[in-house]
Amino acid sequence: MSGQSTYVPKTSFGRWFDSRLPLMRFAHDTMLTFPTPRNLNFWYAFGAVLTVMLGIQIVTGIVLAMHYIPSGDGAFDSVENIMRDVNYGWLLRYMHSNGASMFFVAVYVHMFRGLYYGSYKAPREVLWILGVLIYLLMMATAFLGYTLPWGQMSFWGATVITNFFTAFDQIHKGLGTGIASWLWGGFGVSDATLNRFYSLHYLLPFIIAGVVGLHVWALHVPGNNNPLGIDVKGPQDTLPFHPYYTMKDAFYVALFLILYVGLVFYAPNLLGNPDNYIPANPIVTPTDIVPEWYLLPFYAMLRSIPQKLVGVIVLFGAILILAFIPWLDTSKVRSCRFRPMMKVFFWLFVVDCLVLGYCGAQSVDAAWNLGGISIGLVWVARIGTLYYFGFFFPLMPLLGLIETPKPLPASIATAVLAPAE
Amino acid sequence: MRIALGLGISFAILLGAASTVSAQTISRPAIPPKVTSFSSDGPFGHYDRGSLQRGFQVYKEVCSACHSLNRVAFHNLDEDGGPGFTEPQAKAIAASYKIPAPPNDKGDTLDANGNRLTQAGTLADHFPPPFANDNAARASNNGALPPDMSILVKARAGGAAYIYSICSGFHQPVPAGFKVLANKYYNPYFEGRNISMPPPITDNQVTYSDGTKATVDQECHDIATFLSWTAEPKMEERKHLGFEVMAFMLLLTGMLFLTYRKIWHDAH
Repeated sequence: MSGQSTYVPKTSFGRWFDSRLPLMRFAHDTMLTFPTPRNLNFWYAFGAVLTVMLGIQIVTGIVLAMHYIPSGDGAFDSVENIMRDVNYGWLLRYMHSNGASMFFVAVYVHMFRGLYYGSYKAPREVLWILGVLIYLLMMATAFLGYTLPWGQMSFWGATVITNFFTAFDQIHKGLGTGIASWLWGGFGVSDATLNRFYSLHYLLPFIIAGVVGLHVWALHVPGNNNPLGIDVKGPQDTLPFHPYYTMKDAFYVALFLILYVGLVFYAPNLLGNPDNYIPANPIVTPTDIVPEWYLLPFYAMLRSIPQKLVGVIVLFGAILILAFIPWLDTSKVRSCRFRPMMKVFFWLFVVDCLVLGYCGAQSVDAAWNLGGISIGLVWVARIGTLYYFGFFFPLMPLLGLIETPKPLPASIATAVLAPAE
Repeated sequence: MRIALGLGISFAILLGAASTVSAQTISRPAIPPKVTSFSSDGPFGHYDRGSLQRGFQVYKEVCSACHSLNRVAFHNLDEDGGPGFTEPQAKAIAASYKIPAPPNDKGDTLDANGNRLTQAGTLADHFPPPFANDNAARASNNGALPPDMSILVKARAGGAAYIYSICSGFHQPVPAGFKVLANKYYNPYFEGRNISMPPPITDNQVTYSDGTKATVDQECHDIATFLSWTAEPKMEERKHLGFEVMAFMLLLTGMLFLTYRKIWHDAH
């Protein structure tokens, strides 16, 4: 779909440079003339949103790093120093901490959109898998970053999550504890842990940026999927990326940034946990250790399973299973617009993720009281976990076989332009 | 439209569920903080200078006997968005505090009687803590550690309303069957309801120079306002800049929308 390059250098220097390094040609072909389906809607703007958020996180992060001290004695104080004494330090920190949340808002919309329109299906499997890898790296980066302020939730969150690995002691004696000690650089979360987490938190965003480069590359080979999920048949189905999608994306990015700005300036601590304004104390455990909201569905799954090793496997499995859905989905049709059954199960899946997230935020022994019958949230989470995996298997392969899709339009152009004529 | 409907329904389910949840971890959970309002609420909220100065007086005359305020410096007192003291006033306040002195010419930090050498505070100094260290603080308070107050408002769910409720939430009837432990006091707003802090405030505990009647309610509201400022000293700057950024973003978004519509006009 990349097609023939239409780049014509305008200057003699341009011609000279183009024959040595076709950098401008690459930019021209991928960002200006790239043929893009003409029917991409609002939900397709989140790729641009994510690029902007990654940029904001890296820039604010680099400046914050100039003022941050990665040590058990210095970390909390240095963050408070940033909030009080560094010029616009409060702005940088609130942009960075809320930026992480907005980054995840955008990535979840982006992922659900890919799921709804079948963007993971052939020929975009590698594109999708790279996306899952970015998501995994994002979760690791966010977790490492949450440790850095060295508040109570930082410390105990790091303790809980690194202790997952001790579950592997059940596979081979000493294996899990060995991995955990290796991660900690000691016998528990300590100064050494904070230092290496800081180092890795600085490293991973640049790896993410690299994988994002591959992700975009893998997008430019088959080209964008679209809400109809049918292939582009010719030039009448597409528009050049610039100015059509540059301007559409710019508008939606600005709209998204309004939400972000609202959070940063008017409710900067809304998504944070008050306990993280208490300096880390290794001898006082908070009543409820709650991870950041974007990890809550997985946390709920982990807690709903009484056996630690199985819980940890389920936790990692819940993310890894995403990499296999290009082959789990047996349907010939991509978009849920033409898949009446899949559409229902998709929205159930969205609700399921929200319910799991809600369960993860409550205390372990919380319960719903429905007319005198008490239902433990742990059971709600168990059913939620079952549906989460059930959606991918057996539902996904099964639906492709039993479902009768609605008839597909002949082409994007006929579907989009016909009503206007 | 259908998407919005679907999301709406799922949120409605979640909200319905949220209202019926009961946490059973602690037999006597805290009751939610009192509903009250602060001048700092809302997108255009700012700290009431009078309340900040009165709250500072309550901290200085009452709270500071046990609670430190380590992260606040005297120069903060005359900064924009703060209690609005003038620089000479802030200097005078600083000078009224005894700050641990650096070693003298003989290299000593203690005088002949073994007391810590001190000097008058300056704008650069921070509020000195009431106890030398946590152990000394516990020894003087039946084993309980009075928390540092600098960012307490942000470190407690409920924020300023929580501080106000704890402060003014004593002297309430103890429910039948509830045991108030030794050296503890009943306060229903505190997790577990047994609090180590004795009732800190009485009517007319301080004499406000601006003539405000010093009821428990007033004093507690003022200290909650003051501690909101110590926790978030840049709030006024944040909301002010937020308004400007928001106005810019709305304008930019509006113009981008018009550009987008214009460019797409002929495409469909």
